[in-house]
Amino acid sequence: MTTLSPPPGSEAAAPSAGAADDGPSRPRRRRILPDRLRRAGLPYLLLLPALVLELLIHLAPMAVGVVMSFKELTQQYIRNWGEAPWTGADNFRIAVDVNAPVGEALLHSFLVTCAFTVLAVSLAWLLGVTAAILMQESFRGRGVLRALFLTPYALPVYTAVITWSFLLQRDGGMVNHVIHDQLGLTDSEPFWLIGDNSFVALVVVAVWRTWPFAFLILMAALQNIPKELYEAAQVDGAGIRQQIRRITLPSLRPVNQVLVLVLFLWTFNDFNVPYILFGKSAPEAADLISIHIYQASFVTWDFGSGSAMSVLLLLFLLLVTGGYLLATGAGRKRDV
Amino acid sequence: MSEATATTAPAGGSRHEAGPGGPAPAAGADDGGTGTARGSGSRGGRGYGRTGSRAASPTAPPLSFVWTRRVVLTLLTLFAATPLLVMVSSSLKPLEDVTDRFRWIPSVLTISPYVDIWSTVPLADYFVNSLIVAGAATGCSVLIATFAAYAVSRYRFRGKRLFTVTILSTQMFPGILFLLPLFLIFVNLGNATGIALYGSRGALIVTYLTFTLPFSIWMLIGYFDSIPRDLDEAALTDGCGPLGALMRVVVPAAVPGIVAVAVYSFMTAWGEVLFASVMTNETTRTLAIGLQGYATQTQVYWNQVMAASLVASVPIVAGFLLLQRYLVTGLTAGAVK
Repeated sequence: MTTLSPPPGSEAAAPSAGAADDGPSRPRRRRILPDRLRRAGLPYLLLLPALVLELLIHLAPMAVGVVMSFKELTQQYIRNWGEAPWTGADNFRIAVDVNAPVGEALLHSFLVTCAFTVLAVSLAWLLGVTAAILMQESFRGRGVLRALFLTPYALPVYTAVITWSFLLQRDGGMVNHVIHDQLGLTDSEPFWLIGDNSFVALVVVAVWRTWPFAFLILMAALQNIPKELYEAAQVDGAGIRQQIRRITLPSLRPVNQVLVLVLFLWTFNDFNVPYILFGKSAPEAADLISIHIYQASFVTWDFGSGSAMSVLLLLFLLLVTGGYLLATGAGRKRDV
Repeated sequence: MSEATATTAPAGGSRHEAGPGGPAPAAGADDGGTGTARGSGSRGGRGYGRTGSRAASPTAPPLSFVWTRRVVLTLLTLFAATPLLVMVSSSLKPLEDVTDRFRWIPSVLTISPYVDIWSTVPLADYFVNSLIVAGAATGCSVLIATFAAYAVSRYRFRGKRLFTVTILSTQMFPGILFLLPLFLIFVNLGNATGIALYGSRGALIVTYLTFTLPFSIWMLIGYFDSIPRDLDEAALTDGCGPLGALMRVVVPAAVPGIVAVAVYSFMTAWGEVLFASVMTNETTRTLAIGLQGYATQTQVYWNQVMAASLVASVPIVAGFLLLQRYLVTGLTAGAVK
């Protein structure tokens, strides 16, 4: 790449390849590379910073992560991880052995995460699609309502979740004040941030936080449906229910396919909501997988085990995502 | 997507015929100023209901739909707004009001929480740290993403598909997957070189690029694709080099998109918790971690926590709401189409 003089023959090819590139006034000798090479190399040159960074922040860490998962990387080796002994597939074996404590806890956490994800994603989607359909037509105050609905999503996640942990305090929280003092629904004030109720709290907060995203995307998608479709349906005497069932929902299908996938990945990988709500060790009922791995790594300082769990998690996500994409054909629109 | 074209047509020119309890009156009164064509549309709205020409039709506008809408949207409003309301009102309460029983109405209104937050914890330092880290991560990723996205959008080359698939798929990986190795790398690199990388702002900025960079590239590809190629081809024939075409034509045309991408990157970096919880120390702590410092006091000053939360939120929310139109364009062009 450092040759300054173009090799013979390249000059002849240059005019056809790149004559349109530069104006006639541009001095030719300023060229460092022959035209052809320049044109072929240009995309890579533009990509170079991104490629280098990708290598540094994504590919190298992933490779390191895989290597880590085959090592016994406890606290004493963290400052010099090259010396950590190899353990082969031991970390993986322990992680998936459901009869031993580590594997059992991981399986439990995985199942909690699955239940949480299914509940939170379906509720967030349901609220989003309902609000989007109800707000498709103009009415007074629609703009205000739209901004209000989007605000929970726009808030930095920690301020949103800290607010919820205030609302969910056993003493002095708004939730208990309403259901116990004002409505008298419960005899005593329930705990929300510890014990079994923590799962409910987690789902509610996650839904509150994510449904506006579904709403935002679906509202945009609804505006792309040609209104002639509705007009034709009305001429044919279709009621609103039929219009929603026959026009709106089918038109939303491609968007929904991608949206549900995105919501699934976010919710399944969610670390922020449980971490801020419960801290480093979540209650058993709300022990999501990312918190579980975090705890295995930074509380018990077993990085090998944590990495093995991360790799398993990634394999699971790849499997589900791949299967989903194959089944729905979602996201196959861009010609790359 | 442009609200101006979509929400304008008042829904149904003859709504008053719906009688009492009919749809919201004054169809033109909604959305303060989004519509340019307001009033010009005498045809029906784009949504449900009848078209203007069929005003006498008995099928529409169904009262049941209007009432369903009112009830459901009221419930949703309660759900969405209650925490926000509590956040604002609690930030204006004296400490007694937030420690004992919850009160909807403050016993006295006070702004002292907003004054006290700065001395209870070093909030200003957290603020500066957040600004630097989120700002630098945003700046780097937008700059680098602009070149990369331009290459992907305008050129065919080997490995293009691999590149875009990599970019897209890294966005689905759990953050914890990158956190453990990056932590190890920084600790060990710091040991080897004697530079305290772990805990430094620079290291945190690099970890933030793991999510801001792929996102920015992906969104900008979408924006650049939406700019007609004729524009930069004209610039090329006029004597610009490819870089000149990018800087003088494509970037200016994509300014709304680039700003939206920057705002979104900044938002995600501002709200990031996972990396910050591990990669920061006393002096480099960001707001995300620093705010939790209020909770470690012997007594939690919830009024101050809410005040600090609002201070950390308001600029972000305002930016988001102002730019959401462009954001949606990018999100739908880039990821959901």
